[in-house]
Amino acid sequence: MNTIAEQVAPIAAASEVKVETPFRRFCTAFLDSKVATTALIVLGILIFMALFAPLISPTNPYDLAVVSILDSKMPPGTKSLDGVTFLLGTDGAGRDLVSAMIYGLRISLGVGVMSGIFAMAIGATVGLIAAYFGGRTENIIMRIVDIQLSFPAILVALILLAILGKGVDKITIALIIVQWAYYARTVRGSALVERNKEYIEAATCLAIGHRRILFRHLLPNCLPPLIVVGTIQTAHAISLEATLSFLGVGLPVSEPSLGLLISNGFDYMLSGKYWISFFPGIALLITIVSINLVGDQLRDVLNPRLDR
Amino acid sequence: MTAMLEVKDLTKNFVKRLDMAGKIAQKLGSSIREEVVHAVDTASFTVDKGEVVGLVGESGCGKSTLGRMIAGILPPTAGQISFKGVEFTSMTQEEGDAAALAIQMIFQDPFASLNPRMRVEEIIGEAPVIHGMTTMQEKANYVGETMERVGLGREYSRRYPHQFSGGQRQRIGIARALAVQPEFLVCDEAIAALDVSIQAQVINLFMDLRTDLDLTYLFISHDLSVVEHISDRLVIMYLGRIVETAPTDELFDKPNHPYTSALLNEVPRLDHRGIDYEPVSGEIPSPLDPPPGCHFHPRCPHAMDRCKAEIPVLREIAPGRLSACHLNDG
Ligand SMILES: Nc1ncnc2c1ncn2[C@@H]1O[C@H](COP(=O)(O)OP(=O)(O)O)[C@@H](O)[C@H]1O
Ligand code: SF4
Ligand SMILES: [Mg+2]
Repeated sequence: MNTIAEQVAPIAAASEVKVETPFRRFCTAFLDSKVATTALIVLGILIFMALFAPLISPTNPYDLAVVSILDSKMPPGTKSLDGVTFLLGTDGAGRDLVSAMIYGLRISLGVGVMSGIFAMAIGATVGLIAAYFGGRTENIIMRIVDIQLSFPAILVALILLAILGKGVDKITIALIIVQWAYYARTVRGSALVERNKEYIEAATCLAIGHRRILFRHLLPNCLPPLIVVGTIQTAHAISLEATLSFLGVGLPVSEPSLGLLISNGFDYMLSGKYWISFFPGIALLITIVSINLVGDQLRDVLNPRLDR
Repeated sequence: MTAMLEVKDLTKNFVKRLDMAGKIAQKLGSSIREEVVHAVDTASFTVDKGEVVGLVGESGCGKSTLGRMIAGILPPTAGQISFKGVEFTSMTQEEGDAAALAIQMIFQDPFASLNPRMRVEEIIGEAPVIHGMTTMQEKANYVGETMERVGLGREYSRRYPHQFSGGQRQRIGIARALAVQPEFLVCDEAIAALDVSIQAQVINLFMDLRTDLDLTYLFISHDLSVVEHISDRLVIMYLGRIVETAPTDELFDKPNHPYTSALLNEVPRLDHRGIDYEPVSGEIPSPLDPPPGCHFHPRCPHAMDRCKAEIPVLREIAPGRLSACHLNDG
């Protein structure tokens, strides 16, 4: 018994030290980079603006009573007939561009994040099942994934939207369909490694059910690459949506995303009314770049080879 | 009396299936075949209640595979495993669940065998809650008691595995198994990855638990000297087959099988800890393509013509002693 007491002694000494959770370690590592921290703050502000658009936005760009066609295509800084200043000017329909951009951001981010979440949930489940059960199940699932990934996302999305029609829900569905396979492939890759580790065998031996092993044991250990792919894919989904909107499929004109705003203003570019496309373009760029910067830092911090 | 555990003709083949390209190549007349690893080949032995049986053989001879099948982690290709007289496949759902919990495994790698994302409390307490051995409310106390049993303070239950040393992690693994109140432990190289100074402590823990909890052990090791002092009986394995079983002292006094003799020559050995050394001269043949007849014949000093063609059967050579060698046929 003496020997056991000796062995436990080192932790006893360390027990006053605060318990260092993996999450705390992760936060410290993430905030280490100034660029990533800045990007995270910018992203935070963008998400805040998107969430609280109705409270922040100077006007409601969807409210036809407020929007006047007489105010259309005003350059930045002009005062409206009612005395409101259009900080970034107005668009072709006479909407205050700042307001239209905040609402557009709401739609762009909303579509990107929602499609990302659903695609991740579907892809992760399917990928886990493939890796865990193996055999024929895995073959069938991975064949479908391969086929899905062999088509360009934009092409699949265009075809789907041609069938589905326009609408925020429709484009979200289209984006889920073109994205889930990336998540499935990522999760399967890490789950294949994890599933051969002894802690999974131990869980099998303890007669813990398949479902619990999949979601409580395997999934948390496959999370780091999933989070990284999740951020990058969300940025990808946002730019894909912008592209589709620019091409005129996907969203109805009444609910413009940033991409649709760019598209709407494009016609006026040549007549020197640059701001209608330019500012939404900058907003889109900032959004996508900040998500990607956050994603890159996540990739570095969550690198499984450096972790543990 | 029926043995607590009886393994009969247990076999496990790992088949590496051909991929699409391989199948096409085969159709076109290439000699590519599916690769079959004969990891365990018709192994039979028994373990009585309260016994400690050591399973010894060189690395890669199929010990872990055999242990995993017994622990219910791997399905056998063929053969039977009976626990307390009931065969695994003929058990009812209830009996099967009970047997699955009654046989637990202790793993070699104290790092890979604990889920890095779970707190110790969850690692140890998850299964007993699921199986109704304790409740969510009682869990903390139940885990605490189990931790104390293996020499860990219960105040560490909120920690993650990475905050412990190798020896402490191994104790967590033992506590996890004990938490479901097993009767039989398969310890697969359970101390091989630990520092020498810690190895003896963990061995002592196993032996204390044996008396306190009335446990039966199958102790797997590639190193005869590790199991020599704790085993009542030894089972010697070579390339998937069991070649000899005997009570420990008799086996050391008078080994029968030439492979056992070769292993024994290595016993007062230098410190080979952690390395899978080669105790016997010559290469270990690949289990992908094992030699015909007696698997040991390419390395056996007594090999005869018959050994190259005919598989020696494991049979009784004295009461309580089995060996598989043609030399015993006189
Ligand atoms: N999951 C598996 N797939 C394919 N081959 C395996 C698998 N597990 C073990 N083997 C092979 O089976 C043989 C026996 O392995 P193992 O039981 O781990 O031996 P030991 O524990 O005695 O070192 C080895 O040749 C090994 O490569
Ligand atoms: S059967 Fe033949 S080759 Fe095998 S151990 Fe006995 S003597 Fe050696
Ligand atoms: Mg092994």
